[in-house]
Amino acid sequence: MATKKVTDRVTPTFFKEHQEKLYQALEDKHTTIEILEDKDPLSTEMILNMGPQHPATHGVLRLALQLNGEMIEKAKVDVGYLHRGVEKIAENKTYQEFMPYTDRMDYLSPYSNNVALCTAVEKIANVEVPERAHYIRMIGCELARISSHLLWLGTLVMDAGAVSFFIWTFREREKLYDIFDQMTGHRFTVSHARIGGVANDITDTAMAMIKDFANEFPQELTDWHGLLDRNRIFFDRNEGVGVLKTEEALEKGAAGPTLRGSGFAYDMRKISPYARYDEVEFEVPTRLEGDNLARYYVRMEEMHESIRIIKQCLDKLPKGPVRTDNAKQAYPSKDEVYYSMEGMIHDFMMTDTGICPPEGAEAYHAVEAPKGELGYFIQSDGTGHPWRLKIKAPSFANIQILEHILDGEMIADTVVIIGGVDPVMGECDK
Amino acid sequence: MALQLNESLQNVVDGLSESFTDELIDVYQSSGDTFVRIIADANVEICRYLKEEHHFIYLVDVFGTDRFTSQDRFEVIYNLVSLRDQQRLFVKVWLPEENPEIESVTDVWASANWYERQTYDMFGIQFTNHPDFRRIYMPEDFEYFPMRKEFPLLGIPGSIPLPSSTPDTK
Repeated sequence: MATKKVTDRVTPTFFKEHQEKLYQALEDKHTTIEILEDKDPLSTEMILNMGPQHPATHGVLRLALQLNGEMIEKAKVDVGYLHRGVEKIAENKTYQEFMPYTDRMDYLSPYSNNVALCTAVEKIANVEVPERAHYIRMIGCELARISSHLLWLGTLVMDAGAVSFFIWTFREREKLYDIFDQMTGHRFTVSHARIGGVANDITDTAMAMIKDFANEFPQELTDWHGLLDRNRIFFDRNEGVGVLKTEEALEKGAAGPTLRGSGFAYDMRKISPYARYDEVEFEVPTRLEGDNLARYYVRMEEMHESIRIIKQCLDKLPKGPVRTDNAKQAYPSKDEVYYSMEGMIHDFMMTDTGICPPEGAEAYHAVEAPKGELGYFIQSDGTGHPWRLKIKAPSFANIQILEHILDGEMIADTVVIIGGVDPVMGECDK
Repeated sequence: MALQLNESLQNVVDGLSESFTDELIDVYQSSGDTFVRIIADANVEICRYLKEEHHFIYLVDVFGTDRFTSQDRFEVIYNLVSLRDQQRLFVKVWLPEENPEIESVTDVWASANWYERQTYDMFGIQFTNHPDFRRIYMPEDFEYFPMRKEFPLLGIPGSIPLPSSTPDTK
């Protein structure tokens, strides 16, 4: 006797075709569907819909899970609830105008996204960036990495059952917001990088705050290690959960800490160093286990490495301009704009037309964002607007592997696994 | 313009032009990135060759572009990385405006699954032999392909049904 199909029993009312296709995909997931006995009406099998509005899915992620008791037999992920079409918007904006949209992609680490866009545009349009700007960008990127990992840590531990921990990581995040406020003028969506440099130099106050943070934060991290590294509950919830095997990690296209937790030291900062990452010393932490605990260790060690990079940057920070002094490539400084006619004209031209890469040029540049390789592919038609701008979002790649690693897990571990993979829907859905 | 390839990429290009003389159309560089354009029918074969012979084991991305030309309007680009040689290579395929269709590379790299769905969703490029071929961002009920150049920036009014704003009406 054939199994009853979900599609025969239900008729969705809203987005009819979409829902039906999703049910169909659940049934199609494995090519060999066993013919089961007609089920007892009180059987334990059910299909559970999680999200899109679910507090533990970190945004508007929707999962359709086919359960057998507490086990997930098959999982399907439905994304797109935050799709805003930023790639389409990019084609209708100048490169600089598009920058605030990148803040809202991976909204947990806006600084890295700004830098990713800028480095790609600088590559395609051949813009030189002053030494000091490179170091300021590195400091900003590493602070953003810590900020993003702090949110991941707080929510992961909260998903595993300890609520107060969330408050402690957010206390540290608050300090980072204050630093960004001083450094860039905004707490959250910073838009600090500019094509050809950064918007403004680091003030002395911001400098002192970064130094304080770099000195005090390692102690906090050590305390957290002390709390979690030998914690039986935390271990039981994370060890051997959501395993992505080493041989599968590349095949399935994992990115960032998820890939490194499965044993590949793939880090754009080492493979194709941008900014001045080749001049600072740091390690790329990796683990072989590929489970949630491995991802925990990788990210914790990354925070240590970030502090190490920030300290080296503060020592090495050279003096000099923070933006290239070429009016055809970058905005002039505000001093020039307010007090000279040429500066005013150049400012207007940059806003109106913007930087124009050569016609027919194509370039791809990727940075190591907290979530993984974040790349921008740009095709130019010689105007100030990109002909095509493609964003390679690490969260998109990581959510894809959820379909794979959720199969065979317990329903209670779903939120922990999502927390461990650490996706951001703003970036995944674009 | 003469190509400036490093040793490992030179190997790849030499290997490709030897084994796939007829399928290889163009090799060029732009802003330091290397692009290889091949004919559409050979995409799976060449991708498998690159993966097995030249260690391009990591598929970073698959995406489309709309060239908006009368011939060969659509372009599909594969972004490949070799971890052993730490090299990046872009493989390009051009497809016609009418019924753009290409074979899926999910058999070569499983990660192509979602990337190809995304390309279909945005440009309407059909991938054959794909294990789970659906739209990904837009709902199935949506009839348009939003990243095509003729799709208006403001969207098409009425193309997506919105839920009723009063709760008790159906």
